[in-house]
Amino acid sequence: METSVVGKGLPKFDAYTKAKGTIAYADDFSLPGMLYAKVLRSKYPAAMIISINTARAKSLPGVHAVMTGKDVPHNNLRAKFGQSTDIGPNFEGLYRVLAEEKVRFLGEAIALVAADSEKIAEEALALIDVIYEQLPGVFDPIEALKQDAYLVGDNDTNLVSQFKIRQGDVETAFKSADVIVENTYSVPFKDHAFLEPESGVAWVDENGIITIRVCTQVIEHFRTVAEVLGIPHNHVRVIGTWVGGGFGGKEDITVESFLALLTWKTKRPVKLTYTREESFLAHSKRHPFVMKYKTGATKDGLLVALETELIADSGAYTYLSPWVLLYATVNAAGPYNIPNVKVDTVAVLTNNPFSSAYRGFGAVQPNFAYESQMDELARILDLDPLTIRLKNCLQQGDTLTTGADFGGSVAVREVAEKAWQALGPKRADPGKHIKLGRGLAVGMMSYGRLTFLHDTSRSYIKLELDGSVLMRSGIPDLGAGQAQALVQIAAEELGVPLEKIKIFTSDTSLTPLAGTSTATRQLYMSGNATLKAAREVKERLINKASVMLKADKTDLKFENEKIIRISEPDKYLALSTVIGQCSTDGDELYSEAQFNAPFTEVPVSDVITGQTFADFTFGAYAVEVAIDEETGEVNVERAVTCYDVGKAINPLNVEGQLEGGGVDSIGYALTENFVVEQGYLKSHSLAEYLLPTALDVPDIETILVESGAGIGPYGAKGIGEPACNAMAPAIINAIRDAVGVRITSLPATPEKILFAMLSRIK
Amino acid sequence: MEKRLIKVTINGKLRELFVKPNDLLLNVLRNDLNLMGTKYGCGIGECGACTVLLDGQTALACLILAVTVDGQEITTIEGMGDPAQLHPLQESFIEHGAVQCGFCTPGMLLAGEALLKENPNPNEEEIREYLRGNLCRCTGYAAIVKAIKSEAKCQSADPGTLSE
Repeated sequence: METSVVGKGLPKFDAYTKAKGTIAYADDFSLPGMLYAKVLRSKYPAAMIISINTARAKSLPGVHAVMTGKDVPHNNLRAKFGQSTDIGPNFEGLYRVLAEEKVRFLGEAIALVAADSEKIAEEALALIDVIYEQLPGVFDPIEALKQDAYLVGDNDTNLVSQFKIRQGDVETAFKSADVIVENTYSVPFKDHAFLEPESGVAWVDENGIITIRVCTQVIEHFRTVAEVLGIPHNHVRVIGTWVGGGFGGKEDITVESFLALLTWKTKRPVKLTYTREESFLAHSKRHPFVMKYKTGATKDGLLVALETELIADSGAYTYLSPWVLLYATVNAAGPYNIPNVKVDTVAVLTNNPFSSAYRGFGAVQPNFAYESQMDELARILDLDPLTIRLKNCLQQGDTLTTGADFGGSVAVREVAEKAWQALGPKRADPGKHIKLGRGLAVGMMSYGRLTFLHDTSRSYIKLELDGSVLMRSGIPDLGAGQAQALVQIAAEELGVPLEKIKIFTSDTSLTPLAGTSTATRQLYMSGNATLKAAREVKERLINKASVMLKADKTDLKFENEKIIRISEPDKYLALSTVIGQCSTDGDELYSEAQFNAPFTEVPVSDVITGQTFADFTFGAYAVEVAIDEETGEVNVERAVTCYDVGKAINPLNVEGQLEGGGVDSIGYALTENFVVEQGYLKSHSLAEYLLPTALDVPDIETILVESGAGIGPYGAKGIGEPACNAMAPAIINAIRDAVGVRITSLPATPEKILFAMLSRIK
Repeated sequence: MEKRLIKVTINGKLRELFVKPNDLLLNVLRNDLNLMGTKYGCGIGECGACTVLLDGQTALACLILAVTVDGQEITTIEGMGDPAQLHPLQESFIEHGAVQCGFCTPGMLLAGEALLKENPNPNEEEIREYLRGNLCRCTGYAAIVKAIKSEAKCQSADPGTLSE
């Protein structure tokens, strides 16, 4: 299909105000009479709160409210975590606004203060007397699973959820294997470290509506906030700001409930912005996993069996752990055809920081493990990294380990070949103690939510009498061009230039709900809803124009703000003329359309079978690293990525996702180590938790494959989260190639590499 | 605490400000002057989101006491280009997709401008070296580096377009 706006790497409309520095992020907004909030946080990872005395804090001049758990109308909710459909108890968990009795993690919120200034609020925190009785706690998920383990919550087990996949018979298959590779891999907590710390301002509007202006990926949390306050859902309004980075860390509730409670109590506007240190304490992390992998193959390099056990540390609360674990389960075998597969996964509560969504959502952790396994197999069998993948990768028509069919396009072969070949001929090692190495990895990840979540999105398009277009969508824009993609789709369909379209976003009371900016779902879901809305209004215009031009409906096209007869291009009407006639005739000049994702039933057993996702995105990374044998330092010299994106609605933004996702995973592979010891954080700042800087990373070379076979608009697939796959294992495999050591736990720090090299020499 | 008078030129305009000895420049810019383009990202000089130009050199507003900039010249993102027209480097960032969430963008732009003043024709390594104090979590830096490189080329190809 020929397109004129879709497929163009046009600058995002929001980039202009962002480059001028005039866009108002959450903390850039204030209201007259506004109070400032602060949060008292637990000093211990595991403790019983014996008493909280707020009297001294309340009597401090300038303090307007001090609230604890007992002041919260509904402090303990059985939460669906932003989900609007009923999916049963296995995917729900406790959402506790303020800690009561048992404290579960260091930094858990205990009390709130609103005061005339941040300084007074901070002073008030110091005047709240909390008496704790420290408890032993449990900090290792394997320990936490033992019979007599310390119990993190109020249930009689620390188990959050478990899933299995059973395909064929692994026991027999391993007997027939010529080679078996067995390794245990581990990955640490990872912090999102979005540059904009959590922030929001709340107020009670003139109609008594609790209004919260906040940076969030999920404006639908307005429902949970209403339930916390015990008021109707339509009495809470969330206005989402342009978000200064999310990556899953602004998917769960952050400041919303705290702000709502304080503004409800004081009837004054309230602002709450976290410091960086508090941000590290307060929000979720990527789940650490311990992953045992046993992979068997024939001497020709054909995979025969995979057995794996994944243990995820959920930290102190459930949050999205069951979902993340299900993703990990379905992705555990990777994009390979393996006749016999046994997967067992478990997520466990500990007194560590809570784990939840992080870009890559359970797909990234097993990706590191299964791609390391493939590399080891290739080495034992003396195959090159590409060959072993081509021998085993999924092809069109193959099925997933759950038995589900892959629809669309399965381009593993193509992306692996293109990425690997782009590296070109090998170079000689540059210096005597600098070793070069190359690594390849592929990956798969779904886009769109789990199909049993019955996902929906809505979009609104209205034609103005002068031919301009107004759009409304609840879509939170995190900077990936979410809103821009919808505008490009409307421009494409209606033949209207981009600058004549204005979109209003992210307001639960005024924009149709588009669902969450998570799960790589917005282009797919809201893109399809927008396409549907645009085509509905287009249909009305075509009907009108065909009468006005006395032309067949199929003989009309939309171009440059005109409706033109295809057979006689000199016969046309200005779009505004047709709109005017529609208006005169009383025809509807707007459409609000809903897109429903294909859906399946909620799994009834912990053995996962059939379809759980609508479609997958496949990609590959090929990298070249240089390692200093004397220091163990790794430099990623080159990184080439190739992804099948279906259709690039905006290639500039697609490349941006690949570059950003790739660099995020360079951090995962080499530098980002969120250290937690016995529940205490050792990473308090960006000097201790090392994000890659411009100097640490190469230019990411991107190759886009456009199969046109995705289920998004125009055949697009989702790319935001899948973009984090493959980079980390490609680097680890390149380290193996360069200096002969297999790093099985991330990050691969210089000391880890040096120790591995030294122990190999012994 | 007693406030002191300082005289600073901010975005080309001379301002007289009363500041407390412990007021940080970041807070004075944001809270007293409503220059919200300068961002708080960490408060301890680790992320670069609060980068401003102090007498043309990059400086971190979260680490500087406002009283110490008396007599100096400050450029914030609001002073880049003019209200009617974007600065060419801003244009280049937009065109190259160097702006994603936008939170690091003001700091990146000012750092980029300072670099091009110091070194009108930097190579990729020099650009990356110069930006190492400005973190970005969205773009992977590739588009930012390209945007700066492309603007450097434009400037050296046509000296007439040099800003200021």
